[in-house]
Amino acid sequence: MDSIYIDHAATTPLATRVNEVMYEYGKTIYGNPSSVHAFGREARKYIDEARMTVAHSLGGQESEVIFTSGGTEAINSALMGVALAHKKDGKHLITSNQEHQATLHTMRYLETNGFKVTYIETDETGCINIEQIKRAITDETILVSIMMVNNETGVIQPIEEIGAICAEKEIYFHTDAVQAFGPLDINVDQLQVDLLTISAHKVNGPKGVGALYVREGTHMQSLQFGGEQERKRRAGTENVIGIVGFAEAVKDIQQNRVNDQNNIQACAEAFLHALTKQDVNYTINGDRSKSVPGIINLSFPGTHVESMLMNLDIERIAASSGSACTAGTVEPSHVLQAMFGESSEEITNSIRFSFGKENTPEEMEEAAKRIAAIVQRIQA
Amino acid sequence: MDKKERVVMGMSGGVDSSVAALLLKEQGYEVIGIFMKNWDDTDENGVCTATEDYEDVIRVCNDLDIPYYSVNFEEKYWEHVFTYFLDEYKKGRTPNPDVMCNKEIKFKAFLNHALSLGADYVATGHYARVRKTDGHVEMLRGVDDNKDQTYFLNQLTEDVLEKVLFPLGDMPKSEVRKIAQEHNLATANKKDSTGICFIGERNFKDFISEYLPAQPGKMTTLEGKEVGNHDGLMYYTIGQRQGLGIGGPGDPWFVVGKNVTDNILYVEQGFDHDALYSDALLATDVNFIQPIEPHTTFTCTAKFRYRQKDSKVHVHVREDGLVDVQFDEPQRAITPGQAVVFYDGDVCLGGGTIDQILKNEVALDYVG
Repeated sequence: MDSIYIDHAATTPLATRVNEVMYEYGKTIYGNPSSVHAFGREARKYIDEARMTVAHSLGGQESEVIFTSGGTEAINSALMGVALAHKKDGKHLITSNQEHQATLHTMRYLETNGFKVTYIETDETGCINIEQIKRAITDETILVSIMMVNNETGVIQPIEEIGAICAEKEIYFHTDAVQAFGPLDINVDQLQVDLLTISAHKVNGPKGVGALYVREGTHMQSLQFGGEQERKRRAGTENVIGIVGFAEAVKDIQQNRVNDQNNIQACAEAFLHALTKQDVNYTINGDRSKSVPGIINLSFPGTHVESMLMNLDIERIAASSGSACTAGTVEPSHVLQAMFGESSEEITNSIRFSFGKENTPEEMEEAAKRIAAIVQRIQA
Repeated sequence: MDKKERVVMGMSGGVDSSVAALLLKEQGYEVIGIFMKNWDDTDENGVCTATEDYEDVIRVCNDLDIPYYSVNFEEKYWEHVFTYFLDEYKKGRTPNPDVMCNKEIKFKAFLNHALSLGADYVATGHYARVRKTDGHVEMLRGVDDNKDQTYFLNQLTEDVLEKVLFPLGDMPKSEVRKIAQEHNLATANKKDSTGICFIGERNFKDFISEYLPAQPGKMTTLEGKEVGNHDGLMYYTIGQRQGLGIGGPGDPWFVVGKNVTDNILYVEQGFDHDALYSDALLATDVNFIQPIEPHTTFTCTAKFRYRQKDSKVHVHVREDGLVDVQFDEPQRAITPGQAVVFYDGDVCLGGGTIDQILKNEVALDYVG
């Protein structure tokens, strides 16, 4: 039985071309980019090029990109860095209740350190309430952080509108674009964001690399002390080989975004169509018309998420739900709780499927067949 | 090619379930390892033994090249096992949560979960055996008399046992350790867990006082002579000698009973004090693995505590399912809340909860 990987929102396979580029780099180049000799300069050249590629893909400047160890570090740096640098201007932050744990847990930490945080609510379509943001802003507000695409539902949030609000009020605005980067064409000026987080391994790049876009003029406190790398904003020798791979993955997105997304859309449609054809009883969580094509969150009435995930794995289908917690058990999804309330059915019976460019519609029909067999057995 | 039969193996992270999984795999089953998380014991440092045990499950399953998962039964465990455990202590009894855990969690919630995964069988590392004979399913003692766990499995029914495998029932514990070492399993030298699973290595008194407020009171003899103070009735069990703190001349003191209404702990002097002995009991919640009709009377052996030698008894099943048990020899320190489990040779017939203790056909109300 062939394995079917439909968990691309968790991570994606490394693109062959990315692997090749990293391999070639690693074969001969090993200098420390901070060194003042030829070896160092050679490595430095690769980082500069990668930085340009990433910056341009977002519509920003080279000097505005900080490479990090991934999305989580970028989010931590953005939120903590801005909050600590601006606590004299105010101690109020705004985020939403559907953010990734990297944001929510950083906010909670800031709360224990004297900051006040407002959590904007999510409606049943998976969208945050923009009016609540307007009402929540006070003279004390220094930063708003809202994700661009939700990682569990795929729903796209109104980042451009929030950007306009924050620009008018002169409040810093960070968006977690980890799931948006790839499916959506992002321009930091159009969105009026001051800070933006992306991650390499969600776009067929290597794990352990991400980037934080920081608009020129943004004051941030560094959270990591040591050398003067990344314009003194992130101490530590750069993960050059990872950064090189990241840039290659970004180039690929820029060349193939439309084709890839069309294929992903076709796979998602084929999947839903096949489930319907197999008489599987399901509902879609979140407004599909406002979502990226690659992420679908489905509720299967009469099933239970723990049993579903194990059954899917036994049938060699990789999908997920919520986030894993201690001792490997499944934690109820805070995103679905935000959408439907704490005691809703959807929390107990929903699975996230996320598609990638290597998926095929034929594979999706096979996946739907296996899922139909599982659901029918559990519901029986 | 025949499709392999699928077994869901309950893995605790201990050596027994590790070896059981290994044996099933060697016997040709498709084995899936599942860890049950029944209790959240995260301490003030964020450390949780469940996480560490699960790490061991992962190591063993990787060694065996079988898939592994974790399933959360914390809510069900709280509702069906822990609530019962506290309620029994409130009544002054000494409950057996392992019996309840097997009945409600391992062989109900977990079994159902396994069936939802398309399992043909569920397996555990218990020391017990299942024997199938012409349409009947029996449970037999594990061959290692010292490890036999049928006492804790007395509430299982025939239709459950039909779907159960106990791969360790045929071997002594020493053999299990040897197999684990031969195969270099990650858990080969792990210490056996002791005590009640959710309390673990912690002090029982500290643990229980987090849930039940301790009510100190008087210690008296059955005749009412005050001899000291107790820290709370739930900290004591019938027949206990340690921790009474009564000095003075004569034989050592033993707990012989409890008066929950007046919060009095009854104590008497001497291991063999008459008040500790009884000749019959009444059992409730009795399960017979092979159903037995009301009004039946029969002779068999019984255990009143885990790891106790069997005693000869006469059993009478009442109309309402309650069971009278008469002992051939007077028994010491029979304790309400514990299980009475019946045997015919190696076959475990079932068991129930000890509710009343009697002597000369009179209920010993002082026992609790």
